[in-house]
Amino acid sequence: MNEHVKNISPATTDLSRRSFLVGTAASGLVLGYAGVPGIDSASAAAPTNFEPSVWYAISPDGLVTVTCGKADMGQHIASTMAQIVCEELGAKWSDMRVALASNDPKFNDPVLGAQITGGSWSTMMNFEAMSRAGAAGRMAMTEGAAAAMGVPAAELVVRDSMIVHPKSKKQMSFADIVKSGKATKTFTPDELKAIKLKTPDQYTMIGVSVPQLDIPSKTNGTAKYGIDVMLPGMAYGAVVTPPVRFGATVKSVDDSAAKKVPGFIKAVTLDDKTGTTSGWVVAVAGTYANAKKAAAALKIAYDGGPNAKLSSQSLLDEAKRLQGLEDSGQFFVKDGDPNAAFGSAAKVVEAEYTTSINIHAPLEPMNATAEFKGDILHIYSGNQFATRSGAIAAGAAGIDPKFVVMHQHWLGGGFGRRLDADMMIPAVQAAKAIGKPVKVIYTRENDMTMDFSRPLTYQKVKAGVDGDGKLVALSHDVVSAWPTARWGIPDFLTPSVDKKGPLDSFTVNGADFFYTVPNHYVRAIKNELAHNATPSGQLRSVAPGWTFWAVESMIDEIAAATGKDPAQFRISLLDGAGKNDGGAQRLRNTLLAAMGLSGYGTRPLPKGEGMGVACVSSQERATASWTACVAHVAVAPSGAVTVKKLTVATDVGTQVHPDNIRAQVEGAALWGLSLAMYEKATLKDGGIEQTNFDSYTPLRMSQMPEVAIAVIANGEKATGVGEPAVTVVAPAIGNAIFNASGARVRALPITAEAVKASMKA
Amino acid sequence: MPTLTINGRSMSVDAANDTPLLWAIREQLQMTGTKFGCGAGLCGACTVHVNGEAVRSCQTMVGDVAGKKITTIEGLSAKGDHPLQKAWVAEQVPQCGYCQSGQIMQAASLLSKNPNPTKEEVVAHMDGNLCRCMTYSRIQKAIMRAASEMRTASASGNERRPT
Repeated sequence: MNEHVKNISPATTDLSRRSFLVGTAASGLVLGYAGVPGIDSASAAAPTNFEPSVWYAISPDGLVTVTCGKADMGQHIASTMAQIVCEELGAKWSDMRVALASNDPKFNDPVLGAQITGGSWSTMMNFEAMSRAGAAGRMAMTEGAAAAMGVPAAELVVRDSMIVHPKSKKQMSFADIVKSGKATKTFTPDELKAIKLKTPDQYTMIGVSVPQLDIPSKTNGTAKYGIDVMLPGMAYGAVVTPPVRFGATVKSVDDSAAKKVPGFIKAVTLDDKTGTTSGWVVAVAGTYANAKKAAAALKIAYDGGPNAKLSSQSLLDEAKRLQGLEDSGQFFVKDGDPNAAFGSAAKVVEAEYTTSINIHAPLEPMNATAEFKGDILHIYSGNQFATRSGAIAAGAAGIDPKFVVMHQHWLGGGFGRRLDADMMIPAVQAAKAIGKPVKVIYTRENDMTMDFSRPLTYQKVKAGVDGDGKLVALSHDVVSAWPTARWGIPDFLTPSVDKKGPLDSFTVNGADFFYTVPNHYVRAIKNELAHNATPSGQLRSVAPGWTFWAVESMIDEIAAATGKDPAQFRISLLDGAGKNDGGAQRLRNTLLAAMGLSGYGTRPLPKGEGMGVACVSSQERATASWTACVAHVAVAPSGAVTVKKLTVATDVGTQVHPDNIRAQVEGAALWGLSLAMYEKATLKDGGIEQTNFDSYTPLRMSQMPEVAIAVIANGEKATGVGEPAVTVVAPAIGNAIFNASGARVRALPITAEAVKASMKA
Repeated sequence: MPTLTINGRSMSVDAANDTPLLWAIREQLQMTGTKFGCGAGLCGACTVHVNGEAVRSCQTMVGDVAGKKITTIEGLSAKGDHPLQKAWVAEQVPQCGYCQSGQIMQAASLLSKNPNPTKEEVVAHMDGNLCRCMTYSRIQKAIMRAASEMRTASASGNERRPT
């Protein structure tokens, strides 16, 4: 049989901050399923398939099935991976299919060395590996065809799943070649690396908006999400969560009333040694409706624990206290000496910026189905971090992670929520307790109150300007819970500049902007109280969702204080000096594109209307998609804000699928709007107060502004598009409100009351 | 056991009368195209038709729909080729796709009564359906495209009718 290509060589990228993960892939981070004999993955090929790499197989009927190791939560990444393979393979798009990978480490991300989906990393980090896999397949198929036809391989042309010999007019389809068994060539990692890939001028697939492979199934009810899994003999679990977000314990459970519910099986109090949940009970019954009835009938007494008195205000007070301490936190950026520079500055501007707790609320509530079969624990769910989630499920079961097989499904929204694995714990422990498969489904109330939320953040920014109006110093303190530190995986943390131990760069990314400021400090301060009381997660766009709110608002405040146009002021700061060379110029150009498309500064606006700009290098310095926004707003005397139009420009280097990029950028920009104006969660007595879509209120259709998008594809490497546009919108709106009304808002979400209060001041 | 008429078939379900229709459809009948989103009628993911009207199946009890004609996404068209479904593909609407069954069912109830809606009518009709991926502009475009195709089809149908 054909041997598989053993490994795709890790891409040689300049993603310096990520590269450590490559090196450690073989040791600490491989937590999951280890290919135990007899439980080969669902995607294991039938014997007659040709599998030029782990990433895809070509069947004797000519269909090419690409196995996607990334979670597909609506970003169509499975289809994108297929498209990249298809380009080099030379297959016909209608022959392409996708499958979702199990947690077998052979499907690990070639750069990250784990199965994790986030950071808008997938396309940029898999582009090369998928291209090489596709090219290897084309070469193997070509050699096979040459042998079958008896002609030199160099005279063959591959196109649309056909291999043609123009001289003799002979041709074979991919199906013919696989059936012939002549495609046998295998590649070592070095041979893969040596393959000469197409240059962009040779592309016929990359850059084309082909129909997304998953879309038809999402219009007729056939797409299967985790919640749709049905196993024979399965029971259902409904969780009862305590009134406190984290730290409560169960004192007693009285199930006497629950026992009267038809089909009630058992109430299981979780014993969660992974520390992911606290004080949860799962009611198990034959149907979900009855599980919910039983859950409602349980009488549970709790000890509220150490966080039961905390509120959003207490978390904010603690953040301010920590920021005021000189020795708090660790430095993420430490250039020059801002404190000395403030002493000689002509003008100092200082401000505090806050963002509220925010909830992911994907429309598919959290769920998981667990089934023990022999020694193997099978988990059926849609999850963004199979490597870690498999280990959490194993921890809940008390078994070795290598005995956990994760069956991936389409995700009914992810947005970072499904990086966590809490939903697997009640499913595993309930299945273990009753000896049957159990599907646990959160109610929306469970889902909202137990979200691994975007943390409440408090930022203090101080800027110094010299006599010529030049920004010479900026110090920026970021106080928040540390979502990524919670994972307990050291590789995801970043050494601090002041060597005070690792910090969670996923709380400060973005603060290391591309403006030239000679004296620049960024301090990451962990709010331990918030960290414990509101276990936080990565919410679409993560840190740049709050750091750029502060940075881009402050830049505007400085421009206003020095009488400069805020867009021109940014352009002057994006001079590309030193370490900012390259990125700064791309960001400047993107800002100019957004200004051009929006008509910024070209005509007077009616009274009460204004435009504001912002530009960002989200998600990280090493993985930036250069993104700028011009927001056009109207502000009523009441302080009510109407966002009339968002113009977003983004430089993504290379476009794989232009239409999808537009869809992602629009969705991201509207997330930015929703977070800026409509979404707010609050903590009271240790619990999240918002429980459903009546009190937590993401953007609806009637709240849509006009959105204009310009995508810049200049031939640089492909960058990510799922998140960056989230981060640019809130500051652009805040700055537009200032331009329209003179009101400066510094807290997200923006309220009419805050605008009105600032107008009076 | 209550009997439900779903997608033209009569099926009995092993569910109490106070069971939400949503769970009877999903678990008893194993038709999983209808989605659970909020359980409170706030998001529209569970939208089905009862006697042609769009209703939230999480708020509709099994006992209240006996004898009524229920249609789910699986029964909207024979081959997934309702003009709205075709328009959803043409406009490449879905991202995660989870809300889209409900969006399509909600939109279908609009077009069955109003073949030529204005943008404002579309927004008013669709505003109860959340899309967390924020595909709203494509949903609007797809509804307009389907409406236009349905009008064209029925107009050409009229032309061909023998007199």
